[in-house]
Amino acid sequence: MGRYVLRRLIQVIPLIIGITIITFGLANLVPGSPISSLEFNPDITPADLARIKQSLGLDQPLYIRYFQWLSHVARGDLGLSLVTYRPVMQSILEKLPNTLLLTGTALAFAILISIPVGIYAAVRRNSWFDQVATVGAVAGFAVPTFWLGLMAILLFSVRFSEWGLPSLPSGGTYTLGSSSIVDRIQHLIMPAIVLGFVYMASWTRYIRSQMIEVLRQDYMRTAEAKGLIRRAVIFRHGLRNAVLPLVTLLALDLPGLFGGSVIVEQIFSWNGLGRFILDGVQKRDYTVVMGTTLFISILVVVANLLADIAYGLLDPRIQYE
Amino acid sequence: MAEAGREAAAQAAQRPLLSNHLTVAERVAARSYLQQSWLRFKRNRLAIAAGVLVVIIFCFGFGAPLISKYVTHVGYADQTLLDRFKHPGQAGYLLGTDNLGRDVLTRLAYGTRVSTMVALLAVVSALTIGGTLGSLAGYYGRWVDSVIMRFVDIMLSIPALFLLIFIGALFTISSTTLALVIAAVSWMGLSRLIRGEIMSLKRRDYVEAARVVGASDTRIIARHIVPNVLPIVIVWATLAVPVFIIVEASLSFLGLGVQPPVPSLGNMLNGAIAFMDQSWTLIFIPGFMIYVMVLAINLFGNGLRDALDPRLGEHQ
Repeated sequence: MGRYVLRRLIQVIPLIIGITIITFGLANLVPGSPISSLEFNPDITPADLARIKQSLGLDQPLYIRYFQWLSHVARGDLGLSLVTYRPVMQSILEKLPNTLLLTGTALAFAILISIPVGIYAAVRRNSWFDQVATVGAVAGFAVPTFWLGLMAILLFSVRFSEWGLPSLPSGGTYTLGSSSIVDRIQHLIMPAIVLGFVYMASWTRYIRSQMIEVLRQDYMRTAEAKGLIRRAVIFRHGLRNAVLPLVTLLALDLPGLFGGSVIVEQIFSWNGLGRFILDGVQKRDYTVVMGTTLFISILVVVANLLADIAYGLLDPRIQYE
Repeated sequence: MAEAGREAAAQAAQRPLLSNHLTVAERVAARSYLQQSWLRFKRNRLAIAAGVLVVIIFCFGFGAPLISKYVTHVGYADQTLLDRFKHPGQAGYLLGTDNLGRDVLTRLAYGTRVSTMVALLAVVSALTIGGTLGSLAGYYGRWVDSVIMRFVDIMLSIPALFLLIFIGALFTISSTTLALVIAAVSWMGLSRLIRGEIMSLKRRDYVEAARVVGASDTRIIARHIVPNVLPIVIVWATLAVPVFIIVEASLSFLGLGVQPPVPSLGNMLNGAIAFMDQSWTLIFIPGFMIYVMVLAINLFGNGLRDALDPRLGEHQ
């Protein structure tokens, strides 16, 4: 097990280095530099310009600047925001819990619905439940997340309050001045369900097809022949094998989940990393944009690593590949 | 006795064979792989209906100028603030008007056209990039494969939307460059697919046999590799179009894609948020259009995949 973990860890390092190269490269492809506005100023002599350039380190070749930047990043220093002058890392760490809360709840929602529905649909194949579930999954998979979010706000916030029904708040992480859990849950429930909706649909289909595959296996027939009751056969032997590949699918869908959180955070004014990077884009705050992209990518890499290790723990066959 | 046997045989002849999902009569009639695929596809009524819907929507989108001229009788210059927020059906506007008095149906047609063109261009670009890299990695293997697949892993780790937002922040994007940028972050899945398929094809007996007989590389590629990779590529391309439509709509929704006043289904939604209480149809209609397009193309693509290789869809 230790060798497997070590191998995965070693594979991760060039991945992270590659990500930093791409991020840095893209940011430096922008025409112009921090001092390009100075270049048009007639009062600044070329000697002054050269001196300013040297003091900012801009006269160094690109690869030296890359290593200087990398040494800062390795120490956790992602620079200062060009707008607020606050350290980017600090802002990221402040908003990270909100994004993790949203993404985590969406994941939990998707998993908690897709596994039971998928398995039941597979066990009772071609029953009305299966037909409804399959149609629902196909229909749900195609729904655009931003449209779903807006329609949800329209219905549950605007229309419900018009009709006098209890309505859900349409934005924000919590109501100012209120610290109750109920309030936070009220704010969380709509964005989380909207974010997890597409994944719930797609994973239901996946689990259903995996379970159908598992049910055909010989070991299921053996278990039933041994005399186990049907439910024990399904849960003890079938469930684990059907659900395990979901870990891999989850890891593959994780970047998409973070991307989706950008949109959901924008619609629901959720104070997370997605909205942070969008605000940075609108204000042309390049340090924020670059730092957040880098942070999220590394987060995804780490999450994939954890998923791989978890999969190795759950399925011992993988370790010996 | 004999009749019962004959009846059972007749019934069995109507049922599809498990291995290729065709009945006996169809199997006898069809000779080539393409004919078999067409017969399988014809039986999938849902996919056919979805395909027809897709064609209708494409015509709706690409015929936008015609719709503007003959159906709605309004063009860009006919917008008037006096007609703001008309409901669908009011004052002759079939789907109502938006906050600037522009006819929603016309904008919907033009928006569909823009979104579809961006998506199609992105698919073609992604096919070029992903197809080339995947084929190189699959065919030459070893260090070429390692380098390319490492690159694919790196690109896959950066969430696509973040990368797109990043690029959108740095450079101003026109519609064409938008398509190229979307392709630049989406080619990875295709390259993996192609690489895997070519690698498994290289080891097949008939390829080895062809090499032993002395077939040139070009002949092997043209006669053995390309026809086997093509169905996978076609299915990927068909299922990629709705993904790209949603990506383009998301980006336009965030303000980073197609810029107003050029209508795109995404920025129509964006512009309607501020007027949510005045007209909910402004939000519902463009989003619903996206939904129907994506659903139809997905169903058609699934049907295509089941027709081209029934083994792929056997779990369903």
